[in-house]
Amino acid sequence: MAMQAPADEALIGRIAGGDRLAMQVLFARHHVRVYRYVLRLLHDEMAAEDVISDVFLDVWRQASRFEARSAVSTWLIAIARFKALSMLRRRRDEGLDDETAASIEETADDPERALAKLDKGEKLRKCLAALSAEHREIIDLVYYHEKSVEEVADIVGIPENTVKTRMFYARKKLGELCKMAGIDRGWP
Amino acid sequence: MTQKDAPEPGRPINEPSEIELSLPWYGAGTLRRRDRQRVEEALRDDPDLARHVDLVREELAETIHLNETLGAPSAAAADRLMAAIEAETEAARKRVPGALAGWLTGFFASLSPRTLAVAASFATLAIALQGVMIADIFTRPQNTPVLENEHHHGTFARIRFVRQANAAEITDFLQDNQATVVDGPTGGGLYRVRLGMKALAKEELHRIIARIRQDRIVEFAEVEESAP
Repeated sequence: MAMQAPADEALIGRIAGGDRLAMQVLFARHHVRVYRYVLRLLHDEMAAEDVISDVFLDVWRQASRFEARSAVSTWLIAIARFKALSMLRRRRDEGLDDETAASIEETADDPERALAKLDKGEKLRKCLAALSAEHREIIDLVYYHEKSVEEVADIVGIPENTVKTRMFYARKKLGELCKMAGIDRGWP
Repeated sequence: MTQKDAPEPGRPINEPSEIELSLPWYGAGTLRRRDRQRVEEALRDDPDLARHVDLVREELAETIHLNETLGAPSAAAADRLMAAIEAETEAARKRVPGALAGWLTGFFASLSPRTLAVAASFATLAIALQGVMIADIFTRPQNTPVLENEHHHGTFARIRFVRQANAAEITDFLQDNQATVVDGPTGGGLYRVRLGMKALAKEELHRIIARIRQDRIVEFAEVEESAP
């Protein structure tokens, strides 16, 4: 017998009524994806965990204000993005983000020789990781989080046409990185 | 997009067509039906475009792979969240005088959660009081890791509780059985409950289910034969 789980919107309705069990179910359903989204922005597992606790606490507090104009998963990612970027800004202001910057540079400067030893899939993943934060984010949102053009526009706060062109240039940059890594994909 | 417009390998593209811009969403299956049809029509006439879709699918697969290797957060994130919720609920409860609390409990019990949510002026009290009613229903056993494959690994049962069971009784029941609610309830009021992180031996499992069925708050319980 297959179970039909309640829709996310129904869970939010129950959370608005103080239902902790619904909160548990919503958390179990979404926390890993939200965590991965935040981790890709922050490069810090502990900080990413702090952010997801905060995200779901906001859901607990603001569930009654959820208007279902977007999917719950989109709402969660939008909250997570705001919190992660706020944390990045704080760190930058406090001068604590050197390590993150260094780790990004380390990935971006991956030597060509090391890439040559990897198989095609690994190389492609290395190149994906070496993209700028802006390009990485949009590729993750479209491919991993399965967000539509409209949803990405909502989350990132940019017009839909910009979403499309940003994705195009992210992919183009990926193609260039791949070429440098010895993979000629025939595009761009 | 016509074949004439299609990008040739290695040729820089300055102005991508609308169809070309839509390919990532086509590959991810998140295009609206009308847009998807437009892409499919273009694909029929343009082999280069079809090859471009293959590239999109390759990127999509590797992006998923990359994200899947990022792991999952520890149980600490869930613990922190529930501790914060507990603290907020407790603080709100303390702000409610006893007699008023009793009256409001009855009043709010007669309202649906959505009605409660709409009643903005009573929202804080409603959350506090309903929070008390279902106190401690977050029942993840201590030190149980929260894993991405939480819904797949372990031994599961489907359980429906009697209508009269209150949150405290359900909490006690779950704790006594080292069980965790993973999903539900369905329309039929069934919860998916994990009985253990590992697959249990058949005899042990039947013993546990028999014990669960004896519980006065359990109306129905059965082993979930296979993970979804």
